[in-house]
Amino acid sequence: MRRLFFAVLFAPLVAIASGDELQLDRANIDSRDAISIQRGARVFVNYCLNCHAASAMRYNRLTDLGLTEQQIKENLMFTADKVGDPMTISAGRKDQRQWFGVEPPDLSVVARSRGTDWLYTFLRTFYRDEKRPSGWNNLAFPNVGMPHALWQLQGSQVLKTESEEHDGHKVEHKKLVPERPGSLSALEYDKLTRDLVNFLSYMGEPEKTKRLQIGIVVLLFLLLLLVPAWLLKREYWKDVH
Amino acid sequence: MNKLKALLNWVDERFPLTANWKAHLAEYYAPKNFNFWYFFGSLAMLALVMQIVTGILLTMHYKPDAGQAFASVEYIMRDVPWGWLIRYMHSTGSSLFFVVVYLHMFRGLLYGSYRKPRELLWLFGVLIYLCMMAEAFFGYLLPWGQMSFWGAQVIVNLFGVVPFVGPDLALWLRGDYVISDATLNRFFAFHVIAVPLVLLGLVAAHVLALHEVGSNNPDGIEIKKKKDPKTGIPLDGIPFHPYYVVKDIVGVVVFLMVFSAIVFFGPEMGGYFLEQNNFIPADPLKTPAHIAPLWYFTPFYSILRAVPPLLGSQFPGVLAMGLSVMIFFLLPWLDRGAVKSIRYRGLIYKGALAMFVVAVLILGYLGTEPTNLWGQFGSWLGGADRATVVARIFTVIYFLFFLLMPWYTRIDKTKPEPERVTS
Repeated sequence: MRRLFFAVLFAPLVAIASGDELQLDRANIDSRDAISIQRGARVFVNYCLNCHAASAMRYNRLTDLGLTEQQIKENLMFTADKVGDPMTISAGRKDQRQWFGVEPPDLSVVARSRGTDWLYTFLRTFYRDEKRPSGWNNLAFPNVGMPHALWQLQGSQVLKTESEEHDGHKVEHKKLVPERPGSLSALEYDKLTRDLVNFLSYMGEPEKTKRLQIGIVVLLFLLLLLVPAWLLKREYWKDVH
Repeated sequence: MNKLKALLNWVDERFPLTANWKAHLAEYYAPKNFNFWYFFGSLAMLALVMQIVTGILLTMHYKPDAGQAFASVEYIMRDVPWGWLIRYMHSTGSSLFFVVVYLHMFRGLLYGSYRKPRELLWLFGVLIYLCMMAEAFFGYLLPWGQMSFWGAQVIVNLFGVVPFVGPDLALWLRGDYVISDATLNRFFAFHVIAVPLVLLGLVAAHVLALHEVGSNNPDGIEIKKKKDPKTGIPLDGIPFHPYYVVKDIVGVVVFLMVFSAIVFFGPEMGGYFLEQNNFIPADPLKTPAHIAPLWYFTPFYSILRAVPPLLGSQFPGVLAMGLSVMIFFLLPWLDRGAVKSIRYRGLIYKGALAMFVVAVLILGYLGTEPTNLWGQFGSWLGGADRATVVARIFTVIYFLFFLLMPWYTRIDKTKPEPERVTS
């Protein structure tokens, strides 16, 4: 808990470095924190699942997180009829292409292709940009087609570029400064995005927790098996000179 | 007991069961001085069996259809009971199969296992390696991710630069003008039937050739030259069963520990076994910024990129890459050393082999990275990519290891071989 607090506290400080490569903020998610993943699921179905699908993910899979099917139906299912259905959306692909310029990608395994740090940084570095059709741009994903879906929570930021002389070279610093506050404080917003990223990470590989648990048992078994295997070899090889 | 014996007799009169058991296990005499490097033959066999078994199980749920392939892999990962385990075993298994086979091949280089009378044994081995490369390449398209698609695109286009027949050859391989559903279907057929059939036949030939001539050993001398005058059994030989069976069991358990550690704790292996970009469905309209093959192909990929184009054609690079694999076929006739084993070779061969290993490792590393990895040289070298220049140097070293071998193995100062194997 204390580590999490410090991570949240200092995250904005390390946020944006100079140069064309963006320094990613550490998401520091805890995959054993089922409550955080539950909260992330709530954010996901409310804010993401309107445009993005997660077609490999079934609603009733969320029972992994300690939820009952009844709870899932009442709190998290807005577009599907059956609790065994996958998280699909009703928006047409053609319409979406017209609205955003691209189809919003399916997010089932996005945490595995992008990585959790990238997602965490991406969700926190939207800024106002009048030159973009949506009015929004992003530091982690320049010229992204997606508008800032969480702007009411985070508020809006603008990009400030400062240049300074450094050893005779001009170095540009990109910095995001708050413009209008949202309904959440910066700290609360970081926590919300961390929960969301935690959910995306869980959704990328729901079997992961089970995998790690079984792995320990398998390795212990093999370690035990090594003993008789080694003794058998030693016994037979006694007569080889 | 007598009934069992009677049954065995009944079988033996109709099928050489006992005879084969004796010829290949109980009375196959292997040198008693095998060391660490001799585990990898049996481990390669284990890896092959695991790939076949997990592959069959995956085939039951996978859909070779451009519209469904990616989703069917995720279906296996989530909805098929234990599907995730089978899939990770198959993806980890393919990489570890290559690890094991590379170590097995290196053993051959260390102890001269390709020398007379084992030339055919070596040739079968190189053919197995070629089949594995084809198998890995076809299989990598099946998950239908971005790297599957663009990797296949790059490799098939390589065939397109062959003079005269290239474009037709590429078209014939793809079955379409682009990588498409037709390509996926035929690659599936190659991956699950055609190549494995050839592979199994070659493995049988490899083992039969081995048991005909007998195993080499770390001393590189023939144990068949010193036989017990009464029994005709090599003095330094021990029956494969039970001695090497029980020893290989220890190797198998250790291998399974490494295998399980990866499967359960890091199946992506930092992007080297499962690439991040392959979790994005194939998109013919979006070329990834950086396309790299999986690690086991990267030394050859480096050679491909290192060779400069000639008259605007990339063919020289493709040719060099092809030759860098094919040249292994010539090894038995390139080596003119007086001894087989590195133990009795002189400094020249040891140095050459060390340089070769360094070259393969550096080329392998560079193949995973973009060519602008280390920036560019100044204008004095025409502003060339540093990594490309380094890759060129090591490509030359790679080929010199083979091309100069007839010369340097002959002038190498060797030590006398022992009469009998040393422990």
